[in-house]
Amino acid sequence: MHDVKTDVALDSAWSGGKSPFAIGSKKLGMWLFIISDTLTFSALLITYSYCRLTNPDWPRPFPIFPAIAFSTTMTVILLASSLTMVMAVMASQRNDRKKTVMWLVATMIGGLLFTGLHLTEWMNMIYKEGFTITGNPEGTPLFGAVFFGITGLHMTHVMIGVIYLGIVAVGYGRGKFSAEDVEVNGLYWHFVDLVWMFVFPMIYLMSVKY
Amino acid sequence: MSSEAHAVEAHAGASVATNIAIWIGLVAITFLEVFLAYKDLEPRLMLTILVILSVVKAAMIMSYFMHLKYEKFSLVLLLIPATIFCLCMMFIFFYPEAFRLLQMRPH
Repeated sequence: MHDVKTDVALDSAWSGGKSPFAIGSKKLGMWLFIISDTLTFSALLITYSYCRLTNPDWPRPFPIFPAIAFSTTMTVILLASSLTMVMAVMASQRNDRKKTVMWLVATMIGGLLFTGLHLTEWMNMIYKEGFTITGNPEGTPLFGAVFFGITGLHMTHVMIGVIYLGIVAVGYGRGKFSAEDVEVNGLYWHFVDLVWMFVFPMIYLMSVKY
Repeated sequence: MSSEAHAVEAHAGASVATNIAIWIGLVAITFLEVFLAYKDLEPRLMLTILVILSVVKAAMIMSYFMHLKYEKFSLVLLLIPATIFCLCMMFIFFYPEAFRLLQMRPH
């Protein structure tokens, strides 16, 4: 039950004293960060799209195995880690600390697996196939720049996300963080997943080797 | 629906079964994208189809996993139109250069 004062505040959301969006400042801050980061990735991906369509000699270096099989597995792993993150948020809202930490650790494992597979693929491309950020064995050299630039920026986000998950897992396990902190962490992790949903088809699937 | 009932629903979010269904949908769209990649479509058409499918996946993630469907609509109005506006501005300002590149494309 609300008292009269609270009811007045609820009725006048835009008059101050209460978030008009009915969320905490941490969550609103994370949403605003996500929007700004969306625009960073969008600028890169829009530029990539124009480069991809205007270069007829765009290389197609990704055969079904190992590149597409690897990247599809990475996509499924990242999606699965998003599901474990959802479970962590749900457990934190039930104040189940043990299960929250367990699901957060599962999400971290997903992130680490993704990064491990991604780095394996990078090493293969750099040392065995001769792709670098300034050139490739075939086609326009722009490919190396956009591939390593965009996937590298995404991988950096994943690695930061894994560290962030670790900090929240330890803090929440010790009772220093609240369920809201887990939820805000979840927003960041889902965003990382969401960006990959554009990077995977636009970068990999637009350059498959038949 | 009363405001209290709405508040309860806002905090509840989607059920575990709904989230799993969304996850299965996301994986299914991913495999559809991989299937389409081997159809040898014209690059512009291919890119358009893939971006549309990615936007659908992004909407599913934002609505359910990120709970945006269960937040107050004012938050959606704060975030989504501003993002779409900025993306439109990018397309408009990048377009002249892209058009120039298209004209310079070797035939």
